Amino acid sequence: MASIELNGLGHRYPGSSDYALQPQTMRWEDGGAYALLGPSGCGKTTLLNIISGLLIPSEGRVLFDGRDVTTLPTEQRNIAQVFQFPVIYDTMTVFDNLAFPLRNRKLPESEVRSRVAEIAEILDLSSELKRRASGLSAEDKQRISLGRGLVRKDVAAVLFDEPLTVIDPHVKWLLRRQLKRIHHQLKLSLIYVTHDQIEALTFADQVVVMYQGQVVQMGTPQDLFEAPAHTFVGHFIGSPGMNLLPCELNGDSIRVGEQSLAIPPALAQQLAQVSGPLTLGVRPEFVRCAAEGELASLHARVLRLEDLGTSKLLTVQLGAHQLKVKLGEHAELPGEQVQLALQPERTMFYAAERRVA
Amino acid sequence: MKKRSFGLILYLIFAILPIYWMVNMSLKTNEEITGALSLWPQHLTFDNFRTILTDPAWYGGYINSLIYVLINTVLSVAVALPAAYAFSRYEFLGDKHLFFWLLTNRMSPPAVFLLPFFQLYSSINLFDTHIAVALAHMLFNVPLAVWILEGFMSGVPREIDETAYIDGYSFPRFFIRIFIPLISAGIGVTAFFCFMFSWVELLLARTLTSVEAKPIVAIMTRTVSAAGMDWGVLAAAGVLTIVPGALVIYFVRNYIAKGFAMGRV
Amino acid sequence: MKTYNNKAWLLVLPVVLCVAFSAIVPLMTVVNYSVQDILGPDQKVFVGTEWFKLVMRDPELHEALGRQILFSAAVLAIEIPLGILLALALPAQGWRSSLALVLLAMPLLIPQNVVGTIWQIYGRGDIGLAGAALNGLGLDYNYTGDSMDAWLTVLVMDIWHWTPLIALLAFAGLRAIPEAYYQAARIDGASRLAVFRFIQLPKLRGVLLIGLLLRFMDSFMIYTEPFVLTGGGPGNATTFLSQYLTQKAVGQFDLGPAAAFSLIYFLIILLACFVFYSLLQNAGPTEKAEH
Repeated sequence: MASIELNGLGHRYPGSSDYALQPQTMRWEDGGAYALLGPSGCGKTTLLNIISGLLIPSEGRVLFDGRDVTTLPTEQRNIAQVFQFPVIYDTMTVFDNLAFPLRNRKLPESEVRSRVAEIAEILDLSSELKRRASGLSAEDKQRISLGRGLVRKDVAAVLFDEPLTVIDPHVKWLLRRQLKRIHHQLKLSLIYVTHDQIEALTFADQVVVMYQGQVVQMGTPQDLFEAPAHTFVGHFIGSPGMNLLPCELNGDSIRVGEQSLAIPPALAQQLAQVSGPLTLGVRPEFVRCAAEGELASLHARVLRLEDLGTSKLLTVQLGAHQLKVKLGEHAELPGEQVQLALQPERTMFYAAERRVA
Repeated sequence: MKKRSFGLILYLIFAILPIYWMVNMSLKTNEEITGALSLWPQHLTFDNFRTILTDPAWYGGYINSLIYVLINTVLSVAVALPAAYAFSRYEFLGDKHLFFWLLTNRMSPPAVFLLPFFQLYSSINLFDTHIAVALAHMLFNVPLAVWILEGFMSGVPREIDETAYIDGYSFPRFFIRIFIPLISAGIGVTAFFCFMFSWVELLLARTLTSVEAKPIVAIMTRTVSAAGMDWGVLAAAGVLTIVPGALVIYFVRNYIAKGFAMGRV
Repeated sequence: MKTYNNKAWLLVLPVVLCVAFSAIVPLMTVVNYSVQDILGPDQKVFVGTEWFKLVMRDPELHEALGRQILFSAAVLAIEIPLGILLALALPAQGWRSSLALVLLAMPLLIPQNVVGTIWQIYGRGDIGLAGAALNGLGLDYNYTGDSMDAWLTVLVMDIWHWTPLIALLAFAGLRAIPEAYYQAARIDGASRLAVFRFIQLPKLRGVLLIGLLLRFMDSFMIYTEPFVLTGGGPGNATTFLSQYLTQKAVGQFDLGPAAAFSLIYFLIILLACFVFYSLLQNAGPTEKAEH
């Protein structure tokens, strides 16, 4: 087990002038369960392959517990990786599959046997050990792939590259729960790549959101929800995502379209320091219908109200923009026009996509 | 890495040298060929090629060969496509046996079978036609075509078929519009193998033709035996038989490089 | 999971008709010959299994069969490993890969008798490069005079002609292995040999089965190439089964025994193919086991 540090790490694929991974520095704590979340092509897999050593970065360094491993080959890094599609050795039994990494490292056979038995127990594979691995279901195969990672005593971290893609939905949550249990039991560092926010938010203690080759925020699921550091995080996480409205600072208030919204003087001072156009961001969950004439509220025209079962989703027209509002299950609308109040401490301001207040 | 490339280059030299030697000979005069050995033509001449390309008895053979090879390739792929689909998607009465039976048709030793073949095609008035050779070659090309195509088709998820049927596609429309484009690489590879085995075959092609559809391979054997050893023309004719094949490989190389696994039956 | 549906026969029907047209009538004709003594166009006598017995006792046939088995075994033992090695050595992509593929595949597309002609010239001591080179090195190489030289020349010619087939099939099979398998193997600390043994070889099973069967059938029926090259000689050194059969059928006009011989020949190939086929099908994971 080890902490992982990325030091000015960036990568350009040969022959390409664009960064697949923007140079960046960050630290992953020992024993943490991290999710690496982002849309396809954002650089998640590139980052993962650099950590596991399948890819040598074009710049920067990778440190495990302070030791530079940047150019160390995969097999010497004590990293386990589980891929999108189950990788098993077709001609071997389940036992031989699990024993493979140990036998390659020339462990004594008695130790191999006890380690495999132990891991098979944890993964519920004990009864399958003598079977040929190719005959198993996709989730059992994926369990074997995972087992081959866990069976080594020295693994510093287990990396998962969208491991549940080919698993049936009804067993996905079972496997995910099993993973969490293993995490607690073995205290391993886990890095889990996914483009599914639910998967990321339910699995990880820390979620790392990537966008266009860059980590835009690293935080707990709650942080990402309540205080997105980047408009992409606001928009990508949550369903529907954060409302983003262009706005202007006007003395002690904010102008949104034709309307004005009073803000505390401290915030106004802070925003006055920022150059460039501002964007106001607020999640649909943090907007409510206000009473007529209430201070610090915005006027909007109702477009539609959808029933989502446990809540209702209101879409309104505010100037040139649309705004989503999440209302309670039994909410009723006063009419065609509404007053909306934004929860001040959950209202964020962004400049050039980054949060400024 | 270095050692492997070295081995490969060595093999490629082994592969190319005999062909080079034939090209070399085709550009020499007979006097030079039978005279002292030389690694390249000392008196470069295109006369051998000129002989072939100006004599209809010679170049007609190439045209005949190309005609029946192309008919064979198109027909083999066309009938193999639905059959391969059936093998890849359905189980049916006798499927395993049928597949092995198809395969056994590659296994009949030609010598004695030539006579009944000749009788069969004569009796239906197809003797000495391109179609006769094309049909006879299907005997060994169709089983292989079914096998290769089936491998490619098994790689296409069944969900695609089901989605198309739900969207209201009829089977023929689905097959032609959706399925065939998905396995175009497989069709390319299959066509390559059909072309290859039909192009190189001599015995059936020679037996089933006499004048009208006589293939180049047969013309080469007969002309040589009749006119003694005209090495230069023989070499030039040989060189020209390689050209269509080389073009075909050039066109399918990318399909082969994309890979196929063939996890059949 | 495949669905059971006998309507699939409709899709197979064109193939069955096309193949049956060219397969069944000639086969029946040969069976017909094999049990009759054909004295003239309209004079036939039923002789039962007489020809089969005669053929089975023929010592020359036993020799030809022995030569044939040895030849096919040598062909398979050399071409399959060599083809796999070549496939492993081929660059995966880029112009080098294209160039190597085209050069490698070239011999495949040369007609059988041209192959014979090429080697006939190439191996000659007076006008051939290989023959002259070997003689130049002080070796007494003469494929028209020496049995061993003739046999080896036919073998080398076959290797030259057909190893590319195995190499192309294996290359395509290798390209179909997803990158994740190699990555997983690196993470598992597998050696180069283990990667070959546990990933590449199992994944090549399908293409190698095709390659093995094709090479076995075609080498077992080889006729044109050695006929052009050596005419079966010197002596009987390169008279393989097909050629012996042709001598019987055409040379000596013994149609009955030749037909009986053909059928035995056919059954030997059939049996061997069935054994290879079944062994290789069961050697690896089958579709069936997954469901």
